[in-house]
Amino acid sequence: MTEVYPPLRQPLVAGDKSLADVTQEVCAPLERRSTALWWLAFLAALSLLALGVAAVYYQVTTGIGTWGLNRSVGWAFDITNFVFWIGIGHAGTLISAILFLFRQRWRTAVNRSAEAMTIFAVTCAGLFPVIHMGRPWLFYWMLPIPNTRGPLWINFDSALTWDFFAITTYFLISLTFWYVGLLPDLATVRDRAKPGWRRRLLAFVSLGWNGSYRTWHRYETLYLLLAGLATPLVVSVHSIVSMDFATSMLPGWHTTIFPPYFVAGAIFSGMAMVLTLMLIARKVMHLQDYITVRHVDAMGKIVLATSCMVGLAYAIEMFSALLSPNPYEQFTFLNRAQGPLGWGYAIMVTCNVLLPQLLWLRRFRTNLAAVWVLSIFINVGMWFERFVIITTSLERDFLPSSWADYAPTSIELATLAGSFGLFFTCFLLFCRFLPMIAIAEIKGVLRIGREGPAVEPRDPASAEASALAGVSRLDGNQGVKP
Amino acid sequence: MKRVLVGSFATEEHILGAARAAREHGLRIADAYTPYAVHGLDRAMGLRPSRLPWVCFGLGLLGAVFKLAFQFWAMAVDWPINVGGKPWNSLPAYVPVTFEVMVLLAGLGVVLAFLLRCRLLPGKQATPLFRGATDDTFLLALERPEDPGDVSVVSQLFRDFHAVRVAESEL
Repeated sequence: MTEVYPPLRQPLVAGDKSLADVTQEVCAPLERRSTALWWLAFLAALSLLALGVAAVYYQVTTGIGTWGLNRSVGWAFDITNFVFWIGIGHAGTLISAILFLFRQRWRTAVNRSAEAMTIFAVTCAGLFPVIHMGRPWLFYWMLPIPNTRGPLWINFDSALTWDFFAITTYFLISLTFWYVGLLPDLATVRDRAKPGWRRRLLAFVSLGWNGSYRTWHRYETLYLLLAGLATPLVVSVHSIVSMDFATSMLPGWHTTIFPPYFVAGAIFSGMAMVLTLMLIARKVMHLQDYITVRHVDAMGKIVLATSCMVGLAYAIEMFSALLSPNPYEQFTFLNRAQGPLGWGYAIMVTCNVLLPQLLWLRRFRTNLAAVWVLSIFINVGMWFERFVIITTSLERDFLPSSWADYAPTSIELATLAGSFGLFFTCFLLFCRFLPMIAIAEIKGVLRIGREGPAVEPRDPASAEASALAGVSRLDGNQGVKP
Repeated sequence: MKRVLVGSFATEEHILGAARAAREHGLRIADAYTPYAVHGLDRAMGLRPSRLPWVCFGLGLLGAVFKLAFQFWAMAVDWPINVGGKPWNSLPAYVPVTFEVMVLLAGLGVVLAFLLRCRLLPGKQATPLFRGATDDTFLLALERPEDPGDVSVVSQLFRDFHAVRVAESEL
């Protein structure tokens, strides 16, 4: 009796594709003309970016009085946007490094674009503190460089200095990780390119990659090392961001739960942004076979898990405040939920904790339109989380005589819009000019869950043997490809 | 420059088998060229583990020690600042920046070491012979034996493992 065993694993890539199909399908969007839809999206993003540039120019030349800040609310929109964007970045590193260490092979379909998203989000994030300085041309004062003031060094005891180092390191390491991952694919695109400036440019940036296995062998080690370094790094970055708040004495900020709470929130918001972008990109760029419902399902589970962590953090924060003997702490949390910004708190709890509970249902996770709508809600909710945390504590500090309300000005809103413009402009350029799917990594997992061909060598007896019959001279100026 | 015989294969199983068989026959593998990192080919080719982790570890250690010492010197020796009466040499406060600089130096340094070791340099041209290897072809380059009799062993071996094409070239 013959037994039929089901395959151990489901294929990661749908459609029975060959290696050449993968190359062809991922490279095709880069090699044809831009579509009208792309131009439309690009021009929209560029307009937003232009608006942001104008707003930043105005506020830098006029002064930070153009913001709605007042005597007690010294941090509001800028720092909210900074924390929001830096959080978005975390999903890319989670997918590229942490899931790599956990051997989650499905990550290969989304890691390239998620890493790109990380870099663009960290760029947006990094701009806000620089703008916030008021005199951005002096930003290099953050660096510990010899100077004419003593030399007076920067204060390494300050959480803001830690933050500067964390963001800079995170940006540089993410960029390097992304570029290293791109190298084999840049070579693939180079070898398909017609002779001309594009080919020369690709040849320059692909550093002469030729698929040598000795290089691949070291590359695998390098990738593992970078993943190992990026994993604690990503945890450290948002922990340090949270210390900007936690090391202060302000009720609502001064809590030890902040580092894990912020890291969970960062991964949560980042995954939501990955879903927002991927669900559109897979449709528009015809990548449904690579980014499948299974990927959305898996990411939905991560969103659900991190949503529950964030929900737990909200609950513990409120619980410890109400249980504490500190009246300022109690007031701050009651004020957060019921005070003038209570509507913001309601948005944050609804979008971040209540709505994502729908992801428990498999039917919801596999309904792509529904997941996309939810991801938008989460993006909004996570922005409000940061806004509520930062603003409510500052609006109502220890002295009721210094209480003041905060409302953003049009300049601040335009700066936020501009950061979205920058993010989407960069992302659209990325989709247009670089392979959005990690081609080499997808090729490595193409066979998972599928039958391979026979491994045995051909029967030697049947081989018609003639020493050099099959050997042809090749002078190295034509491809070997059959 | 050494003369090599290059067999091209359509699947990873064939190049894996050919690489194993080549080593069993005492043939020297110059290199292989593959579209992705084929698992197990390093063992089949008999490659030793990379020494990059040592570079990474050394640079990380250097970064951490340097940064910790620098912070201590800047904050407690060169220009001590009294911040809220905190001790000048408060080591726990130096942990975050020390960690970040360690990661930065280890990460960027190991990538640089990788690029230099593999001679991947800006503007370097890739050999056109191996162009298929960035798409869907698996190439195995064996050093051409001196003895013409052994050359026939090579081409036979390539054919046994379903080589799509065999070529001779210089590497």
